[in-house]
Amino acid sequence: MSNFWSTYITVIVVAGIIWVTFVLFTQSRQKVNKAGEAEDTTGHRWDDDLEEYNNPLPRWWMWMFYLTIAFGIGYLTLYPGLGNWKGLRGWTSVGQYKEEVAQAQAKYEPLYAKYRSMDVKAVAADPQAQEMGKRLFQTYCVQCHGSDARGAKGFPNLTDNDWLWGGSTEAIHTTIAGGRHGQMPPWGAAFGEEKVKDTANYVLSLSGKKHDTARAARGKETFATVCVACHGTDGKGNQAMGAPNLTDSTWLYGGTEKTIIQTITNGRQNQMPAWKDFLGDDKVHVLTAYVWGLSNNTKAQ
Amino acid sequence: METQSTYNYKVVRQFAIMTVVWGIVGMLVGVIIAAQLVWPDLNIGPWLHFGRLRPLHTNAVIFAFGGCGLFATSYYVVQRTCNVRLISDKLAAFTFWGWQTVIVLAAITLPLGITQGKEYAELEWPIDLLITVVWVAYAIVFFGTIGIRKVKHIYVANWFYGAFILAVALLHVVNSMAIPVSLTKSYSVYAGAVDAMVQWWYGHNAVGFFLTAAFLGMMYYFVPKQAGRPVYSYRLSVVHFWALIFTYMWAGPHHLHYTALPDWTQSIGMVFSLILLAPSWGGMINGVMTLSGAWHKLRTDPILKFLVVSLSFYGMSTFEGPMMSIKTVNALSHYTDWTVGHVHSGALGWVGFITIGSMYYLIPRLFGREQMHSIKLIEAHFWMATVGVVLYIAALWISGVMQGLMWRALNPDGTLTYAFAEVVKVTYPYHFVRLLGGALYLGGMFLMAYNVYRTAVAGKPFDAKIPAATASAH
Repeated sequence: MSNFWSTYITVIVVAGIIWVTFVLFTQSRQKVNKAGEAEDTTGHRWDDDLEEYNNPLPRWWMWMFYLTIAFGIGYLTLYPGLGNWKGLRGWTSVGQYKEEVAQAQAKYEPLYAKYRSMDVKAVAADPQAQEMGKRLFQTYCVQCHGSDARGAKGFPNLTDNDWLWGGSTEAIHTTIAGGRHGQMPPWGAAFGEEKVKDTANYVLSLSGKKHDTARAARGKETFATVCVACHGTDGKGNQAMGAPNLTDSTWLYGGTEKTIIQTITNGRQNQMPAWKDFLGDDKVHVLTAYVWGLSNNTKAQ
Repeated sequence: METQSTYNYKVVRQFAIMTVVWGIVGMLVGVIIAAQLVWPDLNIGPWLHFGRLRPLHTNAVIFAFGGCGLFATSYYVVQRTCNVRLISDKLAAFTFWGWQTVIVLAAITLPLGITQGKEYAELEWPIDLLITVVWVAYAIVFFGTIGIRKVKHIYVANWFYGAFILAVALLHVVNSMAIPVSLTKSYSVYAGAVDAMVQWWYGHNAVGFFLTAAFLGMMYYFVPKQAGRPVYSYRLSVVHFWALIFTYMWAGPHHLHYTALPDWTQSIGMVFSLILLAPSWGGMINGVMTLSGAWHKLRTDPILKFLVVSLSFYGMSTFEGPMMSIKTVNALSHYTDWTVGHVHSGALGWVGFITIGSMYYLIPRLFGREQMHSIKLIEAHFWMATVGVVLYIAALWISGVMQGLMWRALNPDGTLTYAFAEVVKVTYPYHFVRLLGGALYLGGMFLMAYNVYRTAVAGKPFDAKIPAATASAH
């Protein structure tokens, strides 16, 4: 903050406190008659019968007022507040945060560190690690994947052993640590409405759903020239790029004709955030084991 | 020159009636959204969704119910304590119709999702402009009337109304600055932490000047009038008025503790919030002590009960507020139901009660009646409202503190003990009790509406004569 603003803030805060103290001081010093005397009105009168006594300020109230002012002065001496003044205690909110994080790390790190050298599958078999993994999941993952890990529209089900990016322990670790960005490009403008509908019908046919065969036949050509790039010639997708398998009954956004048309027309953007920097390697490791266990560990269910 | 010798009660009457009407509307929406929190299935379609009805509720109770109550009482008080008719009947009528237009536009645009997304300042720029015009007219009528007063001294109630009008003008204009991109969409000129700071400078002063200073003005007229006693201490009025209006301006940052707001701003917000305790209590003391010598009237006068209990809630929530602004307390209370409970102990207990009490005083006088149609109904209203508020805030205290504790609870491995949904689950019973409390309070408003209707039809619109300035009115 520039010196001007620092001075400006300091001056108006200090002047404000002095002003409040001044008003209180002068008004509590003036001599007045005893409280509650009927004659003791100010002599002003409004609207027929509105009058005012001029009783002294209640002492307890006056002292409470002074006390809060004294507290304020003390606080602004010890803590930042008056412009660039750092406060005698040198406290900052960032400093407090860092200190708390360091304390937490020192306290909890050993708990997670003991799984560091263990294989993911072994961690998944460890009941205590499963408990910890579950709690991590309940804190960080449920917002999208749900408290039962079965996902929702646009958020994959993690319990069905069907994977967009791969279900190996390594793939799951990569997903959690680095996040994923799934992209389906929009084809509405390039294809036009009819061609989109044809392609959608071909996609329906891939998983044996009810479809218009004439449209599906036309759609097959489009699929073979455009969609194959990611979804493959057989439509079984490609886990290396997160392209979903279109021949099974799992649908991230829904498998009705209407939804598929939407997906092809507008494309999809799907983001799994990266947790490595936030949680650290050890927690990601425990979480990987938990998520892997959801599909592979019958015990964990 | 018949009109020149009477006070302008017409505009007061209009605003007073609309206070009751908008009170019912705003509180009904409140009850609906409270029910939506208990039964999420009640979120029907986008227009009646919680996210759109909630700002409708806050705008309706603060600016429609509270606003109309303030227009009504300030116009009444400023005329009677200045011994003169409003400076312009036309301009006063314009503020009435202008303000009602603002409210109706809010009721249309908010459910449609047209919003600036700033809490208590959601209305889009064309409505903001209309508010500004109405407010300037209001200031001209109010200060113009003060200017032509026939009584030398300005009564304390008018200090508070005046501060409220000036401060709200400043707050509204600064916070609503936006660049329009279409008739229904604009972007704030502020960004990031500055936007947040400006918003809460506005937001807390909306509480400070709209919901506190202005209603203290109401208190300073109707409490001594209904009690038939002089105000306790002129000196206390002076100290707490100047300290209050100065200090409130600084308290906003306590809404943004432990955020991206710079540390120094948070400290100043907290310090001035604590210094605010005594100035706030000054108003409570002055009100309650005004009753000394008239305590016996409480037994038989439900209007006085409304006024006194409002002061108790005022004292309680202005104690709770500074406590919640302390960073360590705030770390527990922030983002929980506790905040919502705190706001409602102020809104239902203080603002609601003082307005209801003042309306029960005012309405018979505006229709040439001695008193309301039924004192028993006022008594019933008082008890329904009191039980309603107590249920409401007690439920949210419990659920708020519970939320705060559950959110911060950690397992031995450093993970959160409770998933968010688990905390939602345990709040259900308390949200139900809150709904019950809100429904009771709303029920009381229906009694009031009936009572007002009977009073109005039994009398007829009445404009009091302006008495000749007496020797004592110097």
